[in-house]
Amino acid sequence: MLPRKSIVDLTVRSNQSLGERFVLLKCTDTSAHLPLMLPGQFAQLRVDNSKTTFLRRPISINYVDIDKNEVWFLIQKVGAGSQALASLQSGDILNALMPLGNGFAMPTNTTDRYLLTGGGVGTAPLLYMGRCIRDMGGRSTFLLGARTASMLLELDMFRVLGDVYVTTEDGSMGESGFVTQHSILREQRFDMISVCGPSPMMKAVARYARKTNTPCQVSLENMMACGLGACLCCVEKTVRGNVCVCTEGPVFDINELNW
Amino acid sequence: MELRNPVMTASGTFGYGTEFQDVVELGRIGGIIMKGTTYEPRQGNDYPRMAETTGGMLNCVGLQNKGVRYFAEHIYPLIRKIDSRMIVNVSGSSPQDYARCAAVVDTLEDIPAIELNISCPNVHDGGMAFGVTTDGAASVVKAVRQAYHKTLIVKLSPNVTDIVSIAKAVEAEGADSVSLINTLMGTVIDIEKRKRTLSIGTGGLSGPCVKPIALRMVYQVAHAVDIPVIGLGGICNATDAIEFIMAGASAIEIGTANFLDPAVSMKVVDGINEWLDAHNVASVRDIIGVAE
Repeated sequence: MLPRKSIVDLTVRSNQSLGERFVLLKCTDTSAHLPLMLPGQFAQLRVDNSKTTFLRRPISINYVDIDKNEVWFLIQKVGAGSQALASLQSGDILNALMPLGNGFAMPTNTTDRYLLTGGGVGTAPLLYMGRCIRDMGGRSTFLLGARTASMLLELDMFRVLGDVYVTTEDGSMGESGFVTQHSILREQRFDMISVCGPSPMMKAVARYARKTNTPCQVSLENMMACGLGACLCCVEKTVRGNVCVCTEGPVFDINELNW
Repeated sequence: MELRNPVMTASGTFGYGTEFQDVVELGRIGGIIMKGTTYEPRQGNDYPRMAETTGGMLNCVGLQNKGVRYFAEHIYPLIRKIDSRMIVNVSGSSPQDYARCAAVVDTLEDIPAIELNISCPNVHDGGMAFGVTTDGAASVVKAVRQAYHKTLIVKLSPNVTDIVSIAKAVEAEGADSVSLINTLMGTVIDIEKRKRTLSIGTGGLSGPCVKPIALRMVYQVAHAVDIPVIGLGGICNATDAIEFIMAGASAIEIGTANFLDPAVSMKVVDGINEWLDAHNVASVRDIIGVAE
């Protein structure tokens, strides 16, 4: 049973730049408790003050701080829509439809070894997932990749929640190369791999998972309009035919996909 | 068919209603026109199916649905007790194909009407092909009219030279109402890839950018036919809705705006009532077609 969806006028508490391309928005609901959200779910954020864009933007739930009644969104400045979101300042209103989608499968035992791996802004949902695994008494292994050290986001937060391994394409931090080239994948085995990142990276991890017979779930980010399973724009080809990423996903078992 | 209020949701933008029930009181909407349904299941077009543009969006979904028999067996039981007018949008690839789909819906007691989609711009076999000529439109309506005995709404394409002649042709074949407009065919180009963005090259344009065209067509058609007209095309708020009503629409549909604000339909219902109260107008009926 997924949490009930709602339309919420969030208030931005802070806007923190993480390097040139990323912004972390911490938001709260000043009038009510935030809805229950699952790791891997997302919000459809309304983009105000953007003349050339039209639709909401689907953004992962990066973190939920229940004590502070805060939800965090990590925004990568790509086009006009994300630029407008990234320009929101403390006190601004951010209208969110949330939580949406299915979320990642979670461990059933605290001893389950979960590898949470992502690239770039795709690491966003893994932080909240790691937090939920820790709350269950488990500990995650994070394998985080980026082009260069300055694009590795929220490392301090990840380190609190689990063991962190890093790759950068230019070798400026951690091992050099892509996440799939990290030595930990040769040295350790996992009960589940949860992936969010660029499509080529997720496909490479999926190949590794198949080779090592490890269950693997990936989070897709197809372009979408409604976020509710109504417009049928965000479909992915699966073994069940075309299905909506917004409601049947964004998280899919790799065996469901035609990868 | 009577509606509780003149506000409906447009096919393809509101699912089967249930997708929105967390954020919308479905019983407050006059009618819900469910997603396009065909006799045989359809997978629809490849991704990408959507592109944004200033003031709107284009889609080329291509009528993805599981077929009318799946609808009757698996979806109808879930939606039949929703306290709104639950209307099926019917599409097909030939007059007979439309008719056999409509015949299945005819057996469903709690479906008071169908909206016949002779205007989908995103399928090659049928769809808009029927909606752009008077003979094609008439042939589909004639076949469906024999198979379907409840309220028959025909959704018209704006991608024509003379929408009035199409409206008159479907009225002559027994349509109970016309709804207009479906989307306008358009395209978007990704200049870095030097390629059209959508998987089939073109898509249907919708959203507030199409409203003046839709409003003009509703005005023309409403002044030319005797059956009720349902207006749609870019309606985002109560002011937009009242414009369509004053142009001659007896009811309106909200489409793409549901993506921006899933609860917009309730706000339009409230906004129309507030306007009527503020202007001492007793009923929506009193302002239908009043625009000179």
